[in-house]
Amino acid sequence: MLIGVTCETRPGETRVAATPATVRQLTGLGYDVVIEAGAGQLSAFADEAYAEAGATVGTAEDAWEADIVFRVNGPTLEEVSRPKDGATLVSTLAPALNPDLVDALSARPITVLAMDAVPRISRAQSLDVLSSMANIAGYRAVVEAAYEFGRFFTGQITAAGKVPPAKVLVAGVGVAGLAAIGAASSLGAIVRAADPRAEVADQVKSLGGEYLPVVVEEEAQQSTDGYAKATSEAYDEAAAKLYSVQAADVDIIITTALIPGRTAPRLITAADVAGMKPGSVIVDLAAGMGGNVEGSVAGERVVTANGVTVLGYTDLANRLPTQASQLYGTNLVNLMRLLTPDKDGQLVLDLDDVVQRGITVVRDGEKLWPPPPVQVSAAPATTGQQTGTPAEPRKPLSTPAKLASVLVAVAVLFLITALAPAPIPQDFTVLALAIVVGYYVIGKVHHALHTPLMSVTNAISGVIVVGALVQVGLGVGTIQILAGIAILLASINVFGGFAVTRRMLAMFSKGN
Amino acid sequence: MSSSSIATAAYLVAALLFILSLAGLAKHESAKQGWTYGVSGMVIALAATIGLTIHDSSTHRTTVVVIIVAAVAVGGLIGLWRARIVKMTEMPELIALLHSFVGLAAVLVGWASYVEVERKGLGGFTGSLLRIHHAEVFIGIFIGAVTFTGSIVANLKLSVRIKSAPLVLPGKNAINLGALLVFTVLTVGFIVHPALWLISAVTVVALLLGWHLVASIGGGDMPVVVSMLNSYSGWAAAASGFLLNNDLLIVTGALVGSSGAYLSYIMCQAMNRSFISVIAGGFGIEAPSGGDQNLGRHREISAEETAELLASASKVVITPGYGMAVAQAQYPVAELTRTLRERRVDVRFGIHPVAGRLPGHMNVLLAEAKVPYDIVLEMDEINDDLADTDVVLVIGANDTVNPAAMDDPTSPIAGMPVLRVWEAKNVVVFKRSMAAGYAGVQNPLFYRENTQMLFGDAKAGVDQIVSALAAVVRV
Repeated sequence: MLIGVTCETRPGETRVAATPATVRQLTGLGYDVVIEAGAGQLSAFADEAYAEAGATVGTAEDAWEADIVFRVNGPTLEEVSRPKDGATLVSTLAPALNPDLVDALSARPITVLAMDAVPRISRAQSLDVLSSMANIAGYRAVVEAAYEFGRFFTGQITAAGKVPPAKVLVAGVGVAGLAAIGAASSLGAIVRAADPRAEVADQVKSLGGEYLPVVVEEEAQQSTDGYAKATSEAYDEAAAKLYSVQAADVDIIITTALIPGRTAPRLITAADVAGMKPGSVIVDLAAGMGGNVEGSVAGERVVTANGVTVLGYTDLANRLPTQASQLYGTNLVNLMRLLTPDKDGQLVLDLDDVVQRGITVVRDGEKLWPPPPVQVSAAPATTGQQTGTPAEPRKPLSTPAKLASVLVAVAVLFLITALAPAPIPQDFTVLALAIVVGYYVIGKVHHALHTPLMSVTNAISGVIVVGALVQVGLGVGTIQILAGIAILLASINVFGGFAVTRRMLAMFSKGN
Repeated sequence: MSSSSIATAAYLVAALLFILSLAGLAKHESAKQGWTYGVSGMVIALAATIGLTIHDSSTHRTTVVVIIVAAVAVGGLIGLWRARIVKMTEMPELIALLHSFVGLAAVLVGWASYVEVERKGLGGFTGSLLRIHHAEVFIGIFIGAVTFTGSIVANLKLSVRIKSAPLVLPGKNAINLGALLVFTVLTVGFIVHPALWLISAVTVVALLLGWHLVASIGGGDMPVVVSMLNSYSGWAAAASGFLLNNDLLIVTGALVGSSGAYLSYIMCQAMNRSFISVIAGGFGIEAPSGGDQNLGRHREISAEETAELLASASKVVITPGYGMAVAQAQYPVAELTRTLRERRVDVRFGIHPVAGRLPGHMNVLLAEAKVPYDIVLEMDEINDDLADTDVVLVIGANDTVNPAAMDDPTSPIAGMPVLRVWEAKNVVVFKRSMAAGYAGVQNPLFYRENTQMLFGDAKAGVDQIVSALAAVVRV
């Protein structure tokens, strides 16, 4: 089938739905790719590079008329008519926010897949656009903040004086928040992070940040769909206090708190902003959804009266177009891998699969939005971090049973030794003592020496040759033949076992 | 001082030397010394026995000498030759095969003793001693024969000449118990009336039992099986000691038997298996489950990308498994370790107790490739450090790094302690395909977000990484 990649028409959009690298992967799945001339220009991918990767460079019509149309943004209402009948359109759509567009699309005999509706489950991670774009946004937020901020991030002691490190507060530890923590701490800043979900503390720590818990009488919330939820009143109060205290202390605040389908929670009030030091920077990643920060304006840079810069950019992913296109393109490739089970260039949509069902907004003109809710079997906390309790060790024998069996064994041994005629008692004495010695001798063996130990015990058990040797001396033909063979076999053991042990021991050497 | 008292003294010295040998082998520092003790003990034991035999054999002394010299020379040469040419990856097969020789020798000694006492009326046993001797012959042959066929099957499975999947006969436990019952009945019969057919029957029953015991254990559990057979071969020697009233055999057999059993026990604990069910055979019977579970998609990584990942890491842990042995990848892995250590990357190895097909198999392979042993750590030593590790390379291991053992109580390997590699920041899994591991269990590790798969031959993969690393600019 033919995949068409069109130019993006939304103003300010710099990304493209395929890169030369992803084109190569798509052709590997059996698809042909046509790309509209100039589609990759803003992401620094030349038409020639696409052609080299195996794509055809064509006109806008060629791309729109393909069997499958790849886009970053959903079509405008005017563009809804452009895909041919029976085509499949893949893009981000925000179907919950654009009911008109969904209705218009379902009036056409086409299939529409929304990349931003991927259920938040582990196996769908590789196609989750929200995650891959949030990652970029978090990183870019730090870069934007660094650009506005008048000082180093890292602390230095130089000939020209001591420079204190910048303090960064990240509010909301999702993918974007984590990316921001990582980027800021690798620039050398002191990073703190706050989030209602206490289970993210380890993730924060792993990226070099410090988790600030909100102390409140409420069990830590955990959502079933993997996203953060709204919080209770008591919690909000405690959190507000925490943010006020932090705002006065830190130099940079990056807020990333988003709750799906709702306006963003207000975390930083105007009073908090007013309490910040002049020159401080706030980046509000939720500005497009109402903002976490009072006074932030979507898409704008605002400087407050006390000299705090508040950035409300909503196009952070677009500010890193090459990277964003590569990640989005790879998300699409992973989707196509899922939809092309036979790698033969034939798209197969399986609506019994929750991931495929979740992203399917329209199928052949039938509106399938919204999909049934997907209960994520495990919230992030339980998928990644917790390893679960190991299965219980096998139940040992109860103490009386153990005692009884030991007593029986002792009694049997006692009776055998007491009743048996010589030389059996001596033999048993030797046997019992040797067993105990064998057990203790081996007790602290180094794990690396298991194999040499085994081959040496193997050689030693070749001592059975002694028995065969004694028998050979009896001077009876049959016995001599049997014993002779036994000597031969045991000799292989003795010589082979010792020789191979020697070879192994010679190899063990200590480093440095 | 008679010749037999000289021999007894020599046996005592030999037995002590064997104990010192095993004790020495427990530590790296004293391992070579332990080997020397073992060899000295064996030389003393052989010299004393040969001297005694030749001294005591009144007639046909030349024949006796010829048989001894010929058998020891031929056996010794075969042994030395095998030991010279064996590849370190084939060590498990060789050791299993060697166990079978001890088992067969024990059977032959039992038969020879039967001929000696029952047919020729030698030995001068009377009354209850004669009956005890009958029982000893039987027990010796039984243990020896079980060890023999069991080791042969283990050898065949390890060398992949037969399928390594567990054989599941209907009523397998009944078969095992039935064989033991038949053995008991035959023993009683033999004590009352020592007949040739009884001793033949017990040999056949024991041979079949040994075959069935090991055949019903899956290839993944072979490390325990090999160590268990080691223990059996010791008991076979001890039984022969009773038979011949020879203290050296009893001491040595019991030493090997109990140390082998304890080693198996340690390994059973490492796998959370019941020791009893291992000794009884057939504990690998769980049906593979979850083969068609949809665990999601895995992500691939190239050798070049892995090299970049490693170049930027500061802590790397390598967890090898049987796949490394199969691909003969230990040399490139050692080379990779050297290269990374030169770049001041902290490289360590995490070895699961049952990695490979023999206890300590991985250590032997890594030692062969000259990886310093002080960076090769045990599972318990490294498990808690994995969370701080930047990159874990899983080379040819599967079940030993399977998170299902901890997360999924329904998994066949539930409760088995595993290397918690998934706690590391990045995991790169070297694998030939997405096929399930030896236990037939799907591995959710491959589908984790921080896991990437490097498909292909492990040796070629590591080689590519080493050459790609040379190209990555030093940081």
